[in-house]
Amino acid sequence: MIGQTLRLTFRPPLKLERVIQQAKKAGVESLPIVSLVSFFIGVILALQTAYLMQRLGSEMYIASIVALSLVRELGPVITSLVVAGRVGAAITAEIGSMQVTEQVDALQSFGSNPIKYLVVPRFLALSLTLPILTLYANIIGIMGGWLLCVFKLRISSQMYLNITFDSLLLKDLFTGLAKTVFFGMIIAFVGCYEGFNVEGGAEGVGSSTMRAVVTTFILIIAADCFFTFLFYFIFP
Amino acid sequence: MIKIQEVCKNFDLHKVLNKVNLNIEKGQTTVIIGRSGCGKSVLLKHIARLLQPDSGKIFVDGQDLSVLNERQMKKMNLKIGMVFQGGALFDSMTVGENVGFALIEHQRIEKKELLERIEEALSLVDLSGIENLMPAELSGGMKKRVSLARVICMKPEIILYDEPTTGVDPITADSINELIINMHDKLKVTSIVVTHDMRSAYRVADRIAMLYQGRIIAEGTSDEIQNSDNPVVHQFINGLAKGPITETLERFR
Repeated sequence: MIGQTLRLTFRPPLKLERVIQQAKKAGVESLPIVSLVSFFIGVILALQTAYLMQRLGSEMYIASIVALSLVRELGPVITSLVVAGRVGAAITAEIGSMQVTEQVDALQSFGSNPIKYLVVPRFLALSLTLPILTLYANIIGIMGGWLLCVFKLRISSQMYLNITFDSLLLKDLFTGLAKTVFFGMIIAFVGCYEGFNVEGGAEGVGSSTMRAVVTTFILIIAADCFFTFLFYFIFP
Repeated sequence: MIKIQEVCKNFDLHKVLNKVNLNIEKGQTTVIIGRSGCGKSVLLKHIARLLQPDSGKIFVDGQDLSVLNERQMKKMNLKIGMVFQGGALFDSMTVGENVGFALIEHQRIEKKELLERIEEALSLVDLSGIENLMPAELSGGMKKRVSLARVICMKPEIILYDEPTTGVDPITADSINELIINMHDKLKVTSIVVTHDMRSAYRVADRIAMLYQGRIIAEGTSDEIQNSDNPVVHQFINGLAKGPITETLERFR
């Protein structure tokens, strides 16, 4: 399925409106939950770091630790997991229901390739919107940390932002965002694959959806570990 | 003409089709009867190329379905339309988008002509003016008719019906039978109807074939099937609880 999807992605005609529709579902509609989660993660991260830093008397490092952990690791992974739970599950449930009600067969009987019609738009939409969502989550997370430090820990706003921007390098941002392209692909492929392989009725849709989410979580974490190793040695 | 030659299909270890042979003449309505789960729909899906036979061949107008190139495949898709059991309407689209699906996807036609074709197809199934409804708003019988309209819209030469009268009330069932007859009379399409509803079978069939244990065990006109001396056919068409079909089952248990 992966090979076929990649081949069909570059074979015209590509219906852009279908990609945009999926990008809207996966990206725009995920904004509220991504905002909420990343804001809280930013606040929590700042608080937990503050606990240690206050003991060491070096509160000024909170900003850099929050920024680096978010941009390099937590932003990409948390965003991907949230999207996997929200969008990956929806993909399996939708395609799975189409499978059991013979809509996938109907597509094929009208000469539309189900991979081209169903998988390609989701694959493109997810691998394009996930980096953007992650960038957004990074900003919101840093804002959460900033709010806590400025209003609760009485750290100067200017100093917090200066340290944040000084500590972040372009490679931190790049390595964080690059892996989300792959996480997006994982979500789309696993979601669609499980959807096509639904057997039975409603129960089949339920168990496939569950399997899709669990598999996606595991694959994202494993891939994250791999990329962290890779980038650690490529960009030391 | 459709020629099914020695087609076999297994699912896991279960032999569903075991050397099926059947010829279907152009312009005729052939009804395939048999018990639920005997492989009727599987056979239909082979003709629609949704399933590939493990062995054997299917020819449509002399063309072997297993060796088509992409262009021939597209042509074949427009030639054969399938009406699915539950309708299989795309539930993310309106009725109009469903009916015009094949045209929107594969043929570049003007919007005006598209709307006319959709309207024409819907009026043929007596459902004019419901283009903007969603499939979830339709009853079971309406879904089946819209599904037929979706097939008619692409003007196929062959229409495959999978259990068209199952799960609808007797009046709707009869109106669907009438539609099948109309398609045959007005549009001169070749039809294959899979059903276990004998009333419907007698009403629409030019010829009836019975599938049993993966094979076609009887084939003929309605009269020939009704007067068949094959005990299996006799038990099935008369809906008898006792007979060779159920005895075989008992023996397996």
